[in-house]
Amino acid sequence: MSGYRLSDGGLTDRGTTLRFSFDGTAMSGHSGDTIASALLANGVRIVGRSFKYHRPRGLWGAWVEDPNGIVDVAWNGRTTPNLRATTEPLINGQEVRSVNAAPTAAGDRWRKLDLVSRFLPAGFYYKTFMWPRWERYEPRIRALAGLGRLDPGHEPAADCAQVNARCDLLVVGAGPAGLAAARAAAARGETVLLVDDQDAPGGALRWRGGTIAGSDWRDWAEDAVSTIKAAGGRVLFRTTAYGVYDHGLVCAWRRREAGPDQLWRIRPGRTLLAAGAIERPLTFADNDRPGVMSADAALRYLRLYAVVAGRRIAVATNNDAAYPVAAALAQAGADVSVLDSRDDSLAMAECALAVERNTLPSAALGQEDLTGVLAGDLRLEADTLLVSGGWTPTIHLWRHAGGGLRYDERLAAFLPEGGMPAMRVAGAANGAFGLAAALADGHAAGGDDGPAPPVGEGHASYAIRPAWPDPAGSGRAWIDQQSDVTVKDVALAAREGFRSVEHLKRYTTLGMATDQGKTSNMAGLAAMASITGRAIPEVGTTTFRPPYVPVPLPVIAGRRRGQLFNPPKRLELEGRHREAVAGLREYGGWLRPSWYGADGAAAIDAEARAARRAVGLLDASPLGKIEVIGPDAAALLDFECYNRVSTLKVGRARYVLMLTEAGIVYDDGVVMRLAEDRFIVSCSSAHVAGVRMRLEEWRQDRFDPARVFIHDATAHWATIAATGPKSRDLLEATLPALPRQALDLAHMAVTETALDDAPLRIARVSFTGERSYELSVPQSAAAALWDRLTAGLATLGGCRLGLEALLILRAEKGYPIIGKDTDGLTMPHDLGMTGPMKKREDEFAGRRALFTPQARGADRRQLVGLAVDESAEPLPTGAHGYAPSGGRRRSIGYVTSSYLSPELGRPIALALIENGRERLGERIPLVHLDATFEAMVTSPVAYDPAGMRLDA
Amino acid sequence: MAKYSVVSLIREGLRGHAGWRRAWRNPDPRPAYDAVIIGGGGHGLATAYYLAKAHGLTDIAVIEKGWIGGGNAGRNTSIIRSNYLFDESAAIYNHALTLWKGLGRELNFNIMMSHRGVLNLAHDEHEGRQLKRRIEANRLNGVEAEWLDAREVKSFCPVINIARDIRYPVLGATLQRSGGVNRHDAVIWGYARAADALGVDIVQQCEVTGIRTENGQVTGVDTTRGAIRTPKVASVTSGHTSIIAGMVGLKLPIQSHPLQALVSEPIKPLVPCVIMSNAVHVYCSQSDKGELVIGAGIDAYNSYTQRGSLNIIEHQMASLCELLPVVGRLRMMRQWGGIVDVCPDASPIISKTPVKGFYINGGWGTGGWKATPGSGHVFADLIARDEPNAIAAPFALERFHTGALVAEHGAAAVAH
Ligand SMILES: Cc1cc2nc3c(=O)[nH]c(=O)nc-3n(C[C@H](O)[C@H](O)[C@H](O)COP(=O)(O)OP(=O)(O)OC[C@H]3O[C@@H](n4cnc5c(N)ncnc54)[C@H](O)[C@@H]3O)c2cc1C
Repeated sequence: MSGYRLSDGGLTDRGTTLRFSFDGTAMSGHSGDTIASALLANGVRIVGRSFKYHRPRGLWGAWVEDPNGIVDVAWNGRTTPNLRATTEPLINGQEVRSVNAAPTAAGDRWRKLDLVSRFLPAGFYYKTFMWPRWERYEPRIRALAGLGRLDPGHEPAADCAQVNARCDLLVVGAGPAGLAAARAAAARGETVLLVDDQDAPGGALRWRGGTIAGSDWRDWAEDAVSTIKAAGGRVLFRTTAYGVYDHGLVCAWRRREAGPDQLWRIRPGRTLLAAGAIERPLTFADNDRPGVMSADAALRYLRLYAVVAGRRIAVATNNDAAYPVAAALAQAGADVSVLDSRDDSLAMAECALAVERNTLPSAALGQEDLTGVLAGDLRLEADTLLVSGGWTPTIHLWRHAGGGLRYDERLAAFLPEGGMPAMRVAGAANGAFGLAAALADGHAAGGDDGPAPPVGEGHASYAIRPAWPDPAGSGRAWIDQQSDVTVKDVALAAREGFRSVEHLKRYTTLGMATDQGKTSNMAGLAAMASITGRAIPEVGTTTFRPPYVPVPLPVIAGRRRGQLFNPPKRLELEGRHREAVAGLREYGGWLRPSWYGADGAAAIDAEARAARRAVGLLDASPLGKIEVIGPDAAALLDFECYNRVSTLKVGRARYVLMLTEAGIVYDDGVVMRLAEDRFIVSCSSAHVAGVRMRLEEWRQDRFDPARVFIHDATAHWATIAATGPKSRDLLEATLPALPRQALDLAHMAVTETALDDAPLRIARVSFTGERSYELSVPQSAAAALWDRLTAGLATLGGCRLGLEALLILRAEKGYPIIGKDTDGLTMPHDLGMTGPMKKREDEFAGRRALFTPQARGADRRQLVGLAVDESAEPLPTGAHGYAPSGGRRRSIGYVTSSYLSPELGRPIALALIENGRERLGERIPLVHLDATFEAMVTSPVAYDPAGMRLDA
Repeated sequence: MAKYSVVSLIREGLRGHAGWRRAWRNPDPRPAYDAVIIGGGGHGLATAYYLAKAHGLTDIAVIEKGWIGGGNAGRNTSIIRSNYLFDESAAIYNHALTLWKGLGRELNFNIMMSHRGVLNLAHDEHEGRQLKRRIEANRLNGVEAEWLDAREVKSFCPVINIARDIRYPVLGATLQRSGGVNRHDAVIWGYARAADALGVDIVQQCEVTGIRTENGQVTGVDTTRGAIRTPKVASVTSGHTSIIAGMVGLKLPIQSHPLQALVSEPIKPLVPCVIMSNAVHVYCSQSDKGELVIGAGIDAYNSYTQRGSLNIIEHQMASLCELLPVVGRLRMMRQWGGIVDVCPDASPIISKTPVKGFYINGGWGTGGWKATPGSGHVFADLIARDEPNAIAAPFALERFHTGALVAEHGAAAVAH
């Protein structure tokens, strides 16, 4: 217990007291606290346990870099796992639990695991757990691993909006460099979007302070923000730009104070990355003890929350940036002493505190908690050790975009190298450490050649002297605190040959924890460099991948959930169908009537019979209506279709197949010629998008796009099909104004006329084998037409026809449904359509593939019918026909469709069977999920094989 | 090869792990080898291992341009199954599955092969019928497969919601119990260590820049670290197969696309098996560390950039949240992409070529990880004997002329 809150100061609202609990203990904080600052103020030292050895973990950082403060938070009835205590705002009533520890972080029952850690070095699990098999061990290891616990009882809503934004300049980071850049650009009239993950401007100024342009930095920052807004720009706080994608798309996660989070997809003219730098740890024995903290983080806790990290504080540093921290804490009343690796520096010279020169800690003392510091012979009592090992520029987004890096010896850091077309880096992220340098860098990056805003005292020097991990050091010195990787683990990886940074990472798990190595990667690769005698840049960094911080899945998913996940397409006439008690289901993405009436089975039976005996009325609106227009339209369709289209006469329609380049049947449909240069491709409803894409692809690849045009009018037209021997009567009775020649239309003919001032297209096309009329009208006229037609059904003994009955009617006729009665091997001749491949000599899609040995070969699976006894159940769809083969069964094909035919009063089935047409009359055995059957191979056409009924 | 075991761990633990040796040497390339394998991914290293072990060919090298396992081998989601529809596929993937079962012990490296079961969900009756048909096709091929109804799905994998009133209700699923996941890096290192112990040179940081031929016969390769003489060159370079084939003027019907994957932050065990859904178009499993490993479809465009576009990730996340709404409290921790080599029939190429001594193993597209041991095993056989065995034969290049395609893409939209 050593952290405490001062009686005044900080930015929290002391007027509001927030109650929360940590591992079951009641505590309190203020509005404006993070969970971490509140824990520290309550004197909590152990906030969690490490992943592998269950070592005690205290807060290291104060923001996104912290690897240790990972907590599950229950609030308002829901639990969110793995929240970062350092960035999560404190809310009244939160129940905070440490992860990876039971029952509490301090009293974790697994803490003894560390005692056997010497047998569990990096990658130990690759060397054991092989006998008898891994699964023996896996459940227990899995239960030990993982961090937080997901509450399986709670399903969060999909309420995160996604916002598309544009701007001239996107500035990431509202610290001095970002503000200066944004201000300069705004002053030049540019639209700026400035995002920052904190809740106010200033970046590190918020805790480091400073004087800019002669007054307190806050005035200057406020002025900068109003300049941006005045120029039409925006400033977003609590917004983390987390990834850069192709073409400079930047994604940002915005946490709003009220309302769900948002994803911002930003397409900036250019991007300036001014994301600052992250303080590095120093590496020495037991540097993972709770109480060892980033010096900068301690200052942040002090200035923002008025929380002092400890009472007896040692500060260990290799650079000047830790001196203001030491001074501030001393001023706040702590007992502070300083260890510095260097002999002399500007800050050291000005420091009023005792400084131990040329000294760095060699070990942290204590067990579960820090009690002192060992530095060679020197032994210091301390409850808190603040360290600064230097600064690592935050260049993640620059790397996402593909920017280069160079290693800067003087700053001991990787810095952006070279140029990028639309991205720059400025400020500490660019190695411009210190306030004046950052302002100047940002000011110039914002496009202002004039003088940068002048600054007051302070922040002048950095003067780092690198202090990288010492491979010869004794004890266990920690590099990755969350994943438990020590310098010895790095040495072991090197010894075993895992020397590439990527191998190092994968073998030791260094940098793979939820902080993604923000504090550990540099130390890790520096250790590898010195162990293998290479320079740091020779070892290099691992690939930077989005996201910069873990981003909630729903933010990325947006509102695509439930009906919005993949919205079903809806019919204009859906209301009419519902009134008629339709059972609605999805077919090829469309919500369509399966049948009409409460009793599905009875309705399907009745509808199928009515269509054969009288008339059925089908809402066929989803049928494709892709218009192909222009002087080359016929040529394009000749290429697209297996069947020749150019020979079609105006006013006629033709059934066609469309093939993939491999000669496989992709879709079927009817092409209608409305004029010499105007066709409609009426493809199957599930394939409209695909057929349109194919047409567009051929058009752009093979044709003069100026001479042929594709227009998908599917959604504009409703199509109602009347099918059955009394379909003509129905039209005659209900649409008296229809011209005679429309009723007398021949099979496969099409005509355009009008009805009540709306255009009406009539085609004689049949999916059922019965006389049929397809009537297409603009959607706005659909309801009136449907009402008129349905009004005439009853007197004729007709009814509305659902999709299920239609499927039966098609199957009775052996009309295949492409993708159901065909598969990825089916070619047109397997369906018995050999004409075009024999006759056509011109090129068409898939032609070549029809003449390969395989396509011409024996043993092809062909579409046939299967007949079973009249009294038998229909065969299960999917059942395989088989032939014995060397003591085993070999599949010779399978059932694709199977129904009880109401009209025929017996089961019917379609199947793809090897050499099916040669087997007509043969009885074959079938098997399905352990049950066996027998059936006779027949023609696929079970009903009206002569096709007499089309004009009945 | 020093043996890894609990005993050696304890022994080394007592003396600071000072005695561990390099898992594999890091040799410079020698001027000549009996055979050169281009590509230190899973398939390349497996090929080298089986060449040395089963065919006694040890004077060989694996040439890797980066670090071994840095390609798709280290980027995939490691789903393993063999419930493919067609006989040819079933044969090779089942061959692989059989080898996976004992591989960790054989290599003396724990590859964490977890046969935890793969579920393929059916969301409507049509899908259910197709999957049942697949089950029977699998059984006829000796591939283990079973059907679970919705309640059985729930008891096998409780995190799945089987309510009927959701957008994509789960009506049932196929289950291949012997399917599962493993630790991809461990497979790479295990093969490398075992191959190295048999004498194979694994050369890293060495890019093949050209292939030399004389009179239609391979004579060697040019690399960034000098020329190497060899009568046999085998390309096992996944997304870069077309580039290597181009070095001998061979054009392949392969398209290279980015394929992305991502992981969540680690959580305590939630998903006990592999869940795949074609209709919702996502798949997911949970790593032993606790991360959810999530994948979906390829980016539509061709690319070599090893990253992908945002819209794929958005859909992938939406799909996962739709399928398992409870994960909506999780966060994406890391995303990445690899370049996959897709053939027109979505089946691989394991083949001799018109150039004598030049062999190709590629075109595994989005789903080659599961084949790794089987692929290496039959490819080694092909290289050693210059003749494909029965399992490899259907995957020869000739099929693009004869039309004897193994059209698995008709069978699965999400093919991993
Ligand atoms: C995101 C993703 C998820 C996947 N998920 C699965 C899955 O769940 N299940 C599954 O079965 N499959 C999956 N796959 C596919 C699987 O990863 C690949 O099919 C398989 O790994 C390819 O074989 P490989 O391991 O040999 O390839 P790679 O590991 O890519 O090996 C090829 C090697 O060749 C090297 N190389 C290339 N050019 C040269 C050159 N000129 N000189 C020298 N070396 C060269 C490369 O550097 C690389 O190391 C996935 C792939 C991706 C990208």
